[in-house]
Amino acid sequence: MPPPAASSRYPSPSQPSGKSEVTDLKSQLRQLAGSRAPGVDDSKRDLFKKVISYMTIGIDVSSVFGEMVMCSATSDIVLKKMCYLYVGNYAKGNPDLSLLTINFLQRDCKDEDPMIRGLALRSLCSLRVPNLVEYLLGPLGSGLKDNNSYVRTIAVTGVLKLYHISASTCIDAEFPATLKSLMLHDSDAQVVANCLAALQEIWSLEASHSEEACREKESLLSKPLIYYFLNRIKEFNEWAQCLILELAVKYVPSDSNDIFDIMNLLEDRLQHANGAVVLATVKVFLQLTLSMTDVHQQVYERIKSPLLTLVSSGSPEQSYAILSHLHLLVVLTELCEYAANVDIEIARESIRAVGKIALQQYDVNAIVDRLLQFLEMEKDYVTAETLVLVKDLLRKHPQWSHDCISVVGGISSKNIQEPKAKAALIWMLGEYAQDMSDAPYILENLIENWEEEHSAEVRLHLLTAAMKCFFKRAPETQKSLGIALAAGIADFHQDVHDRALFYYRVLQYDVHVAERVVSPPQQAVSAFADTQSSEIKDRIFDEFNSLSVIYQKPSYMFTDKEHRGPFEFSDELGSTSITPEVSSDIVPAQQFEANDKDLLLSTDEKDDNKGLSSNNGSAYTAPYESSNISSQMQELAISGPAASATTTQSSFDFDDLLGLGLSTAPAPTPSPPLLKLNARAALDPRAFQQKWRQLPISLSQEYSVNPQGIAALTVPQSLIKHMQSHSIHCIASGGQSPNFKFFFFAQKEAEPSDYLTECIINSSSAKAQIKVKADDQSTSQAFATVFETALSKFGMP
Amino acid sequence: MMISQFFVLSQRGDNIVFRDYRAEVPKGSTETFFRKVKFWKEDANAEAPPIFNVDGVNYFHVKVVGLYFVATTRVNVSPSLVLELLQRIARVIKDYLGVLNEDSFRKNFVLVYELLDEVIDFGYVQTTSTEVLKSYVFNEPIVIAPARLQPIDPAAIFTQGAKRMPGTAVTKSVVANDPSGRRREEIFVDIIEKISVTFSSSGYILTSEIDGTIQMKSYLSGNPEIRIALNEDLNIGRGGRSVYDYRSSSGSGVILDDCNFHESVRLDSFDSDRTLSLVPPDGEFPVMNYRMTQEFKPPFHVNTLIEEAGRLKAEVIIKIRAEFPSDIIANTITVQMPLPNFTSRASFELEPGAAGQKSDFKETNKMLEWSLKKASVESFPRSFMVSNITKEAGPVSMTFTIPMYNVSKLQVKYLQIAKKSSSYNPYRWVRYVTQANSYVARI
Repeated sequence: MPPPAASSRYPSPSQPSGKSEVTDLKSQLRQLAGSRAPGVDDSKRDLFKKVISYMTIGIDVSSVFGEMVMCSATSDIVLKKMCYLYVGNYAKGNPDLSLLTINFLQRDCKDEDPMIRGLALRSLCSLRVPNLVEYLLGPLGSGLKDNNSYVRTIAVTGVLKLYHISASTCIDAEFPATLKSLMLHDSDAQVVANCLAALQEIWSLEASHSEEACREKESLLSKPLIYYFLNRIKEFNEWAQCLILELAVKYVPSDSNDIFDIMNLLEDRLQHANGAVVLATVKVFLQLTLSMTDVHQQVYERIKSPLLTLVSSGSPEQSYAILSHLHLLVVLTELCEYAANVDIEIARESIRAVGKIALQQYDVNAIVDRLLQFLEMEKDYVTAETLVLVKDLLRKHPQWSHDCISVVGGISSKNIQEPKAKAALIWMLGEYAQDMSDAPYILENLIENWEEEHSAEVRLHLLTAAMKCFFKRAPETQKSLGIALAAGIADFHQDVHDRALFYYRVLQYDVHVAERVVSPPQQAVSAFADTQSSEIKDRIFDEFNSLSVIYQKPSYMFTDKEHRGPFEFSDELGSTSITPEVSSDIVPAQQFEANDKDLLLSTDEKDDNKGLSSNNGSAYTAPYESSNISSQMQELAISGPAASATTTQSSFDFDDLLGLGLSTAPAPTPSPPLLKLNARAALDPRAFQQKWRQLPISLSQEYSVNPQGIAALTVPQSLIKHMQSHSIHCIASGGQSPNFKFFFFAQKEAEPSDYLTECIINSSSAKAQIKVKADDQSTSQAFATVFETALSKFGMP
Repeated sequence: MMISQFFVLSQRGDNIVFRDYRAEVPKGSTETFFRKVKFWKEDANAEAPPIFNVDGVNYFHVKVVGLYFVATTRVNVSPSLVLELLQRIARVIKDYLGVLNEDSFRKNFVLVYELLDEVIDFGYVQTTSTEVLKSYVFNEPIVIAPARLQPIDPAAIFTQGAKRMPGTAVTKSVVANDPSGRRREEIFVDIIEKISVTFSSSGYILTSEIDGTIQMKSYLSGNPEIRIALNEDLNIGRGGRSVYDYRSSSGSGVILDDCNFHESVRLDSFDSDRTLSLVPPDGEFPVMNYRMTQEFKPPFHVNTLIEEAGRLKAEVIIKIRAEFPSDIIANTITVQMPLPNFTSRASFELEPGAAGQKSDFKETNKMLEWSLKKASVESFPRSFMVSNITKEAGPVSMTFTIPMYNVSKLQVKYLQIAKKSSSYNPYRWVRYVTQANSYVARI
């Protein structure tokens, strides 16, 4: 029903004003209430309909409550239903009136017609009047045992309703246990499905303050139960199937046989006409096979067709939902077809799209092949776009250089006119000069035509490439480098001129220094500034088949914690608790609610106290006494001696200069002096959040974790302790096997300059991914080294 | 998968029905929704997406016959589940009311509430099967006269032109008894194909696809089992081959890329003899959806010729050739072609003897339009001419409907109804229709 207040604000002139009509109705109802005359039910129906129609358009008809209840003493089920509808709408607003109804609803709960029993029970549970809960227990208890499945279905949902009115009453009456047994033994599929839904909701909400509920919630994901549901999935209707599939997504398979068993069981669900079932199945398949790259790839191939069929068979709205998911999955083959398109802009865009995928994705292998095929098409614009991509790809995945170089080497620079592509080719010539036999000669050729090169970008690249080539193959390049430098110094373009001059001088100063500056050992770039953060992408992928995909935001960005659904991944990261570590002699690592909302996004002041009390026992809770901490921090900051003992500024910072063309070459850090960290560093969690938001990622790397370390990680606190002994302090942590996430911070010993680190350790791949943000970014590499050293010692005796 | 509220709003934003299942969403959600949908961005033409979030509340909506079917939730649910559900609710209500519009809603709102209570309980979907709901729902629908309403559902296309089909059949309630007494035993099986074709400038087919549905609506009493036999040479899936090399496979048979089936369909003998068996639930539902990219003969060939006749003038000749059998008649055909922005004038010449045709130049969006009421192979005009435009026009696009014709060659060979008695012989309607989805010819 529309809330009366809301709609009465817009009275339409044609609608009755209310008062007199309602009085009229009231007296008519009175007359009929006691009547036993034949045909009286029909007149009652008409009156009831009128009452309900008033109610719908927003007229307050609560004053006829008593009459309605009186009139409902009838065996006419249509009348009963209308009465229940009415009662449900007004009872909450009028607790006194609803007492009236309890009596007749309770009586109806014992009616011999199961339909009436069910309807009365549903209405009874929907009254939502807290002080009447004790009246629910009896009818609910017998409803759960009713021999009619319709009544049981309603009773199960009734238990959930009771839980929301009064959780303690529901738990104390041990209804969840009854539901559990019904779920395992009831013959009716809808009863079973409702039990599952109710238990998921109840245990998830209880889990925050009850260990037992936690266990019960976990037990819903046990192997026997999952198979119990999956084996008989076809007995359930399509909506219940979705519920079961959502559960199966969270199941952690024991081995590959397990995975294949489930996939075989569910294979035909991909042919379902209901898109919701298909998408839920797709999600199960994708999640199950995450660890099996080959099978995962097969899954992508497998799901393509069903999804495309769904796109074209549903309503536009449904297609929209499916397409949003396809957007995430991107059918690569499709894109590649467009590269050959006659429409040049489309071709270009599609190549760029393929490249974007390559830079973010998973199966780089296949994509590299495709890109190389593009090069073989020998169309100028395709080659041009592709070269740019191959360059980026090599920066991220240097391991592909051999495959790419052989193809790139075969490209005649004459065929490439576009500056960006030319620059990319030149960059590769310089970078991989040792692998491309012709490199010096191609460069020589290009340098000879210096005057004809109109793009400053290309000339800049030419200078750098000549330098790099020179370091690798000096005899062959010396002459052309000379020409290039001379031409560059004479160049009218300021940047070109400056760079040439700089190269010239640094070469004069010391060739080895020059090499370190211009051609440092390559480091793979893990993230490009312009791509959407891969973390967010992964997060959205985890939340496949949910609104996250539609909004292209992880759920924490648009949903309150309590509404994220019973088995949301983002919650799960925090579902195992890592209890705050307490070490007495140093400032304890401050842990706090570290779901990313707090860390990354929200500047809103969260209600800390609430967080404390309601989240006891959940993941990230920890004492949070900001005033205390900040005062400690101040103290520390002051107490730190202002000695300049260890500055980690590397002697030259060529970032800016090189940044013109080769911005990704990291600032050279020739054997960075060991960074000294403050063992007693402190950082207010709030300050951490703020900094984490503000600072750019200055470094992002992946390390291997030794087996001993992985073994020791079974107790994640041990890592926190370990890192602390290296003056790297944990501020928040969470996760469960195989994914653990930690936020660390450290502080320079000499000055209040902080390093913030996000560290994700996957215990099955034994890899640690770290992202470092630093006040003083020039020293982040030095810090990373310290971090890596500390991490590598983890688990060692 | 919890829904907080479900409501239906009229085009003006009036509440038609409103049900709050979980009392989690603050009051005024209907107004919030309507305001957002009506004024999505400043640009009046931008339509609101089917899903959006306002203050932590997710609003889902589908538009059916101009009504907004809306669900709200605070939970991060599966979007396709909710949208599918809204569509199903609309279908169930239509099954009951016979026709779906504001009027029938208002006359039957008590019945609609009764349905909604059984479809969703405390936000969880219980069932959307008209068949199952029949045993829980007791209100009799008040059927409104079908003459007063616009045909709205896909099946309505059958009512255009083709006399052999009963026009009112699709607007009958599946539960209401006919006022005249007994209800007619009949079943409708519709094969609806939407085709997408892109022609290159030289007239070659660049891409072609068929999105098909076998739609069923049963008014048979007692739910007898039904067997539908499809072409025996029907194949599903293209093996390992890419969808793009189909041009090399001009083999015989109907090859579907993919298909899916309604829950009630049993495929026990599908592999051996291509029959589907099912006990059709009451109401309207898709038996099978399919998708096909196998080469097929497009019903129309479009050829466009542009010749510059002077510096600021050009002549366009559009030739359309119908390629379907002569006993088939296509109707409501329109041909559109965008002209350059600076086009000031267009004049037309239709082939002599072109009756029932209309050509027009829409000044506001610079669109050339040519419409034909109906056409068969004999009567089909071959070309018409436009002048006074220069290049940078096109592509030419077409919309049309061809009843009793389908391009995929997928056929219902027979429709067998399990007999209750020797005299039981219900009406069976198997109907085909082809519609243009995206029919584009480049210039």
